[in-house]
Amino acid sequence: MSAVTRVYGLMAEFDDPTSLVEATRRSYQDGYRRMDAYAPFPVEGLAEALGARKRVLPLIVLVGGLVGCFGGFFMQYYIAAIYFPLNIGGRPLNSWPAFIPVTFEVTVLVAALSAVFGLLILNGLPMPYHPTFNVPRFKFASSDRFFLCIEARDPKFDRDATRNYLMSLGPREVNEVED
Amino acid sequence: MAVTPPEELGNMSVPPVIAPGYTFASITDKISAIVLSQRTPRGWFVGFAISFSLVMLLMYAIGYLLLVGVGIWGINMPVAWGFAIVNFVWWIGIGHAGTLISAILLLLNQKWRTSINRFAEAMTLFAVASAGLFPLLHLGRPWLFYWLFPYPNVMNVQPQFRSPLVWDVFAVSTYFTVSLLFWFVGLVPDLATLRDRSTSLWGKITYGMLAMGWRNSARHWHRYEIAYLLLAGLATPLVISVHTVVSFDFTIAILPGWHSTIFPPYFVAGAIYSGFAMVLTLAIPLRKFYHLEDFITARHLDNMGKIMLATGLIVAYGYTMELFMAWRTGNKFEWYMTINRMRGPYWPMYWTLILANVVIPQLLWMKRIRRSTLALFLIALVVNVGMWVERYVIIITSLHRDYLPSSWGMYSGTRWDYAVFLGTIGLFVTLVLLFIRLLPSISIFEMRTLLPQAKVEGEEA
Repeated sequence: MSAVTRVYGLMAEFDDPTSLVEATRRSYQDGYRRMDAYAPFPVEGLAEALGARKRVLPLIVLVGGLVGCFGGFFMQYYIAAIYFPLNIGGRPLNSWPAFIPVTFEVTVLVAALSAVFGLLILNGLPMPYHPTFNVPRFKFASSDRFFLCIEARDPKFDRDATRNYLMSLGPREVNEVED
Repeated sequence: MAVTPPEELGNMSVPPVIAPGYTFASITDKISAIVLSQRTPRGWFVGFAISFSLVMLLMYAIGYLLLVGVGIWGINMPVAWGFAIVNFVWWIGIGHAGTLISAILLLLNQKWRTSINRFAEAMTLFAVASAGLFPLLHLGRPWLFYWLFPYPNVMNVQPQFRSPLVWDVFAVSTYFTVSLLFWFVGLVPDLATLRDRSTSLWGKITYGMLAMGWRNSARHWHRYEIAYLLLAGLATPLVISVHTVVSFDFTIAILPGWHSTIFPPYFVAGAIYSGFAMVLTLAIPLRKFYHLEDFITARHLDNMGKIMLATGLIVAYGYTMELFMAWRTGNKFEWYMTINRMRGPYWPMYWTLILANVVIPQLLWMKRIRRSTLALFLIALVVNVGMWVERYVIIITSLHRDYLPSSWGMYSGTRWDYAVFLGTIGLFVTLVLLFIRLLPSISIFEMRTLLPQAKVEGEEA
């Protein structure tokens, strides 16, 4: 931990979800914004404590579903009525009730694909490298440990002041995250 | 009334969904050890040897089929559908329980689904993969399967979207894709756990690439939960639509025994019925060989037994209504078909189906039976057989006697039919065994949320 390396942030380690949520909430109240919390499972109220309120994903899935719905129907209409019309006993070419099952399936397919790819893109995954993994104990974030990382790009960030601040939240230890 | 403390009540009447005394770390250790450090039980190798030889049989049977053609199967006029479609419907149905557990029970907030949903979803994928083989091979020229999809081509020919067989192509391919996505999204955090815990370079690289850099960030988890819920919401109507569309393959045809409005609901119920039977068939040996009794508890087996009983009763209602409608409508072809099913040349099949799907599962009313793993396992096997026979009866007896006696015939599977069928069972078991060995068969992160210490205590925000 030499002073010359660039710092991504400071990471505090906690024992249980309750203290992590509490520490996150206090840091947000005290003006820290560029931070992230890490937990081995979705912890209730943690994202809210970080100030994450925007929900773009449902909108993406809705748009995907609508695209699938209209696209799926139009594909069948175009093929059955315009591109490859088959007159079977004089029945209407745009026999829309028969197009419902495929329209439904395409709707679900495109909506599900946009949910998954929307999730990956919004989360910035796949991401082969991230500075948090430089902290040796960070591997326990996927097992039983809880972390709060205040990032260096936060305007309030100061190497020593923020370290002291994090120490005051009662963590198990505070580590510097190399960039 | 004597007051019983709720925690004691919980122990007495309803076994917990997870045995007490676990921590985040011990759950993680126990589940990931199966993949990372524990020695593979000898039973796994025996099972793999048997199932992989059946895969070889499948390869042989498919190779010969491609060389010679579908004439090696028992299909001919008037029974042109035969084993291929029986097996297709059977396998697709088995897949349905996985989606039911992972999506519908998630939306219904059934916490007990957590420990069984991962391998039930895997089972769905492998069952749908086995199912998908049959219509493909049945095409006659499987290498031209892409003709089923609409694409600009020099022949200027397009699929007929008024045909239920084209609906099936879309339903099954969508079902497989969405199940795969749902399963993979659920796996990502656990793959990150395996990446962080793996001690071998190979494990770190493989699981690391699959985990895509997942770092358990709260912001990620937030979106993840939304995405997972939305996928569950999408998969729920999807799973119902898939077997409905499969039943349309039959009901849209004006054939006695097929052309009936009861088919969609009764097919969906039958699918879930056979699917739960298969989940039990897999879960009971899994929990025994890998000592997972703490995670897949008596409560899970009991609940699955109840769902089997409920869906079995819906199926029994379907059989009864088929009989009633055949009699009540007064259609003589419909009535002849019904009598022919019960007393014609295929009568043993019909009565096997009634015995296996309706009579024997009534044992599940008894708590003692639902609590006995052996009895439950045997009943599940019986239902697996019964549901296969059901599809056999529906397809063969409706087809083998046409409206005119001049076009009557008999059908039976050839050795190649049995080879392909056994081969897909081998393929399915092989994939399940590989999955158990290489990936966490129980969702680790969801199990963590079941622990009391996962709850955030303290003041209201």
